[in-house]
Amino acid sequence: MMNFLALEYRPLVAVALALTASILVYILGEHIHRNVREAITFVAAFLMAADVYSMIPSVISGEEIRLEVFSIVKGISLAFNVDAAGMIFGFVASTLWILTSLYSVGYMRGHDEKNQTGYYAAFAMCLCATMGICFAANLLTFFIFFEVLTVATYPLVVHYRDEKGKASGHKYLAYTLISGQIFFAAIVIIYVFTGTMDFVPGGFVATDALPMPWACVVFFMMVGAGIVKAGVMPLHSWLPAAMVAPTPVSALLHAVAVVKAGAFCTLRVVLYVFGPEAAKACHGAEILAWMAVLTILISSLIAIRKNNLKARLAYSTVGQLSYIVLGICILNPLAATGALYHIIAHAFLKITLFMCAGAIFVTTHKADITDMVGIGRRMPLTMLAFTLASVGIAGFPFFAGFVSKANIIMGAVEAGKPIYAATLVVSALLAVVYLMPVISIAFRRDVVNPEFSEYGEANWRMLVPLLITAVIAIVFGCAPNLGFHLYDIATMAGNSIFGALTM
Amino acid sequence: MKNLPILIVLLPLVAAQLCLVFSRIHRNVGRWLVITAVSASLVMSVMQLLNVIKDGPIHYYFGNYRAPIGIEFSIDTVNGIMLILVCVIGLLTFLFSSEFRVSSDKTIVGGMNTVLCLLITGLLGMTSTGDVFNLYVFLEITSLSAYCLIAMGGNKGVIAAYRYMLVGTVAATLYLLGVAVLYANTGTLNMADMAVLLNEGDKNKAMLLAMILFIAAFGIKMALFPFHGWQPAAYTHAETSARPLISGVMGKIPAYAMFRYLFCVYGTDFKYFDFILDVLGVLSVCAMLYGSIRAMGQKDMRKLLAYSSVAQIGYISLGFAIGTPLALAGAFLHMFGHAFMKAGLFFCVGAIVYRYGKFSLEDVGRLYKKMPITCGLLVLAALSMVGIPPAVGFFSKWYLGLAAAREAKWIYLAVLVISSLLNAVYFFRLIEKFFINPDKGLPQKRERGRIEASAWILIPVIVCFVAILALGLCNAKIVDVLLLTLGEVGL
Amino acid sequence: MELFLAEKGIYFLTLLLLGVGLAGIIVCSNYMKKLICMNIMQVAVIFFFLCLGQKAGGTIPVAMDSMINAADYINPLPHGLMLTAIVVSLGTTGVGLALLYRIKDRYGSIEEKDIIEREREKK
Repeated sequence: MMNFLALEYRPLVAVALALTASILVYILGEHIHRNVREAITFVAAFLMAADVYSMIPSVISGEEIRLEVFSIVKGISLAFNVDAAGMIFGFVASTLWILTSLYSVGYMRGHDEKNQTGYYAAFAMCLCATMGICFAANLLTFFIFFEVLTVATYPLVVHYRDEKGKASGHKYLAYTLISGQIFFAAIVIIYVFTGTMDFVPGGFVATDALPMPWACVVFFMMVGAGIVKAGVMPLHSWLPAAMVAPTPVSALLHAVAVVKAGAFCTLRVVLYVFGPEAAKACHGAEILAWMAVLTILISSLIAIRKNNLKARLAYSTVGQLSYIVLGICILNPLAATGALYHIIAHAFLKITLFMCAGAIFVTTHKADITDMVGIGRRMPLTMLAFTLASVGIAGFPFFAGFVSKANIIMGAVEAGKPIYAATLVVSALLAVVYLMPVISIAFRRDVVNPEFSEYGEANWRMLVPLLITAVIAIVFGCAPNLGFHLYDIATMAGNSIFGALTM
Repeated sequence: MKNLPILIVLLPLVAAQLCLVFSRIHRNVGRWLVITAVSASLVMSVMQLLNVIKDGPIHYYFGNYRAPIGIEFSIDTVNGIMLILVCVIGLLTFLFSSEFRVSSDKTIVGGMNTVLCLLITGLLGMTSTGDVFNLYVFLEITSLSAYCLIAMGGNKGVIAAYRYMLVGTVAATLYLLGVAVLYANTGTLNMADMAVLLNEGDKNKAMLLAMILFIAAFGIKMALFPFHGWQPAAYTHAETSARPLISGVMGKIPAYAMFRYLFCVYGTDFKYFDFILDVLGVLSVCAMLYGSIRAMGQKDMRKLLAYSSVAQIGYISLGFAIGTPLALAGAFLHMFGHAFMKAGLFFCVGAIVYRYGKFSLEDVGRLYKKMPITCGLLVLAALSMVGIPPAVGFFSKWYLGLAAAREAKWIYLAVLVISSLLNAVYFFRLIEKFFINPDKGLPQKRERGRIEASAWILIPVIVCFVAILALGLCNAKIVDVLLLTLGEVGL
Repeated sequence: MELFLAEKGIYFLTLLLLGVGLAGIIVCSNYMKKLICMNIMQVAVIFFFLCLGQKAGGTIPVAMDSMINAADYINPLPHGLMLTAIVVSLGTTGVGLALLYRIKDRYGSIEEKDIIEREREKK
C-alpha cells in the first residue's frame, strides 16, 4: 500500500483534488442542492491549500520533492517537482481559490447567473491545470497542463453564451491555441537538440546548442506562449476582450491562474530552460525586456482613457504582468526575486480590485467609472479595500507591491539598466493617475447620485474575501516573510538560478 | 491456441453466413449470433497479442503447407493490436446498430448484420494475411460489404455507393496489376518470400511501377488526397448504424497494407525508396491542409467529420513518409486513436439522429443540456482531434513531430502545427454550435430515453470516451509494444 | 521489332484494354456503360495475368505420363488466381447491377446528367 500522504505525493494530490472536484461538480452539479455543490468546491479548495502549505517547510529546508508518476510518452515521465518558484505560484493559486470561491458564490447568486454548474466545474479544472503548471518538473508535463488550462478557461470566457462572448472566445482561442501549438513545436525542437526536458535552475540549453538566429527564433516560439497569456503587447488584445466574462472569472483570469500561468511560463522558459546565459547570448531576453518596457508604458496610458472600470483594470493588469516579465528578463537574482514576489503581490492586489469592481456591479449595476459618483459613501468598506489596493498597485511602501518593485528596481540598477528602473517609477506614477480618479469620484461629496440611496454595502460573501485579500496585501507588504516565508522562498529561487551559474 | 490466427477471421465469416438463416427465426437471434462471434474474436485477438508479445511473431500456415507454397497469416504486435481495434469497433457498432430499425423486414435486418459482419471479416483478414493475393480477396470482401452498407443509407447513399464501387473497383484492379508486376518478377505471392526475392538482382524499375500502382490503389481505399473523392459522400450517406465502423476502421486497414508493402516487402534497399516516401509526404501534407480547409465550410456534421477524416488520414501517411520507427509508431498510435475518435464522433452523430433526426449543425444549439454524456464525448473527441493533451491525439502528434524534427524535416513539423490549428477552427466551431448557439427546441423523434439516448447507444459512446483517454495515458506502453515490431522493419 | 512485338505485344494489348476501360469509366455518362467499362478493365488485368503464365512449348497443366518435367507445362498458378479474380469480378458486377437497379428505381434514370439534376431539385 503506497502512502499517498507521503511528501512526494503531495503535488499529485493537489492536482487530483481539483480534478476530482471538477468532475464531481460537473456530473452531480445539476442533481444536487447548490449548497452541496459549492461545498464540494470549498472542501477541495481547503484541502488543496492545506496540502500546498504543508510542503512549504520542505521547500525552505531545500528538501527535494520529486515524483515521477508514469511514463507519459516514451522516454519522458509525467513528473512533478516542487521547487521554490513553483511553490510561490502554488501558494498564490491555492490561497486565492478559497477566496474566489467564496466570492463567486456571492457574485453568482447575487447576479442570478445561469450555467453555474459548468462555471464551478471549469473553475476547478483551471485550478487543477494551474497546480500542474506550478509543480511540473519538465517541459512536457508543463505543456500538458498549460493546454488544459487554455481549454478549461474557454467555457469561462464564453460564460454568457451570447454573441459578444462568442467573439471574445474566438479571440481568446486564436491567441492561446496558436501560441500553444508553436510552443509545442519549440518543445519538440528543444528536445531534439538537447535530449532533455527537465527544468534546471539556470537552464539546460547550452549557448551553442542551436545556430545563432535560430536560437532566438526558438526562444520566442517558446516564450510566445507565455507572453500571450501574460498579455505582453502586441499580443495582449484577448485580455481586455475576455472582460465580457463574469467578474470572478476576470479575477481568476487576471489575478490567479491564466495570466500568472503566462508569466510563470516565461519564467520557466527564460530561467529554467534557456537559462540566463543562453537567453542573453541569443538576445532574446533583451528584446523581451524592451517589449515589456513598452507594454508597461503603453498599457498605463490606455488605462487612463478607459471609462469602464473592468477595462481599466484589465489594462492595468497588462502593465503589471509586464513587470514580472521585465523582472525575469533583467537576468539578475534581485530582479528575479522581485518578479517572483510580484506574482504574489499583484495577485492579491489585483484580485482585490476586481472583486471590488464586481461587488459594485452586482450591488449597483454600475460598470462605468463616471457613474460611480459618491458610491464610496454607500459602500465604504468596498471602496476602502479598493483604495488600499490601488495604493498598493502604485507601489507605495508598506504594501506588497512595494517589496517586489523595489527588488526589480534594485536589480535593474545592479544590472546597469537604469532605463528599466526609470520605467518602473514612471509606471507607478501612471498607476496613480489611472486609479486615483476612481477613488476621488467615489468619495466626491458635492454630487450624490440619488440612485445610490437604495443600495447598501455588498453581500458579505463578496465583502469578506475582498477585505481579506486587501489585508493580506498589506501584511505581505509590511512583513514579507510572515508565516509562510514567501520572501525567503522567492530569494531562494533567485539564488538557485543564478547561484548555479557562478559556481 | 495454435489455430488462433485463422479462428479470429473464420468465426465472423461463418457467423455472417449463419446470421442470414437464423434471422428468419427472429431478428435478434441472428444479431446475437454475430455479436457472440465478434466478441469471441475479440477475446482471441487479445490472447493472441499477449502471445505475440511474449514469444514473438506468429506465422500460421494454412493446411501446414510451408510459406512460399501455402497461404500464410503472419501476426506481429502491430497487426495484433489492429485486430483488437477492428473487433472492438465492430462490436460497438453492432451494439449501437441494434437500436436502429433499418427495416421491419427481418430478412433485411439479418442481411444488414450479415454484411456488417462480413465487413469485419474482410478487415480482419486484410490485417492478418501475409499473402498478396489473399489480401486482394479480403480487400474485395471488405469493399463489397461496404458498398452494400453505404447503399442502405437512402437515395443518396445508393449513388454514393455506386460511385464508390466504380472507384473502389479501379483501386482493386490497379492493386491486382501491381501484384501481377511483382509476381512476374519474383514468381511468389508470399510477402516475406517476395521481400527476399525482390532484393536479388536489379528489379528497381518494376518495383517502382508496382509501388505507384499500390499507392494509387491503397490511396483510393484509404481516401488519401487526391484519391479521396468518393469518401465524403460515402461517409455522409452511409447507413447511420454502420457509419462508425466504416469511418473508424475501414480507411485504416488499407493504410496498414500500404505500410506492409513499403516497409516489409520493399524496405530501404529499394532504390527509389526515398523518392516514394517524399511523394507520400507531399500527398499527406496536401491531405492535412486540404481536408481541414474543406471541413471548415461544412454545415452538415457528417460531411464535416468526413473531410476531417481526409486530413487525419494525412497524419497517418505522414508518419509513413517520415519513415523512422518512432514516426511509424506515431502513425499507428494515431490510427488507433483516430479510430476511436472518429467512430466516437459518429456514435454521437448517431445518438443525435436517433433522438432528433437532425444532421445539420444549425439545429443542435445547447444540445448539451439534453444529451450531456454524448456531448461530453463530442468535446473530448474534438479536443483530441485538435491535439489537446491528455487525449490521444496529442501524443500521436508528439511522436510524429518528434520524428520529423529528428529527421530535420521541418516542413512536416510546421504542417503538423498548422493542421492542428485548422482542426481547432472547425472543431471549436462544432463545440460552439453545441454549447453556445441558442436552443432550437427540437422535437424529439422518440419517446424513449428522456435524458439521453438509450443504453445500447450510450455504451459505445462511453467506451470510446474511455478509450481516447486510456490510449492517451498509456501511449508509452503501446508504443513500446509497437516498437517490438517496428524496430526491426528495416529502419 | 517483330520479335519484340511477338514477345511483348500482348502486354501492350492488355494495357490498351485497361486504358480503354479506365477511360470509359471516366468518360461515359451512362452508369450502365460505366459498369461495362469497369468489367473491361478487370478483364484486361485477368488477361495480363494469364499472359504471365504462358510460355513457348508448354501445355495445359494436366499431368500426363509422358511428360514429367515442369518445363513441359505452363504455370498453373496465374490461372488459379484468375479463377478467383473472375469470381470476385462477378460479385462486383452483381452488386453493381443491384445498385443500378436501385438507382433506376429511385431516380428513374441511370444517366449521370439526370441524376445530378434530380439531386439538385431535392435541395
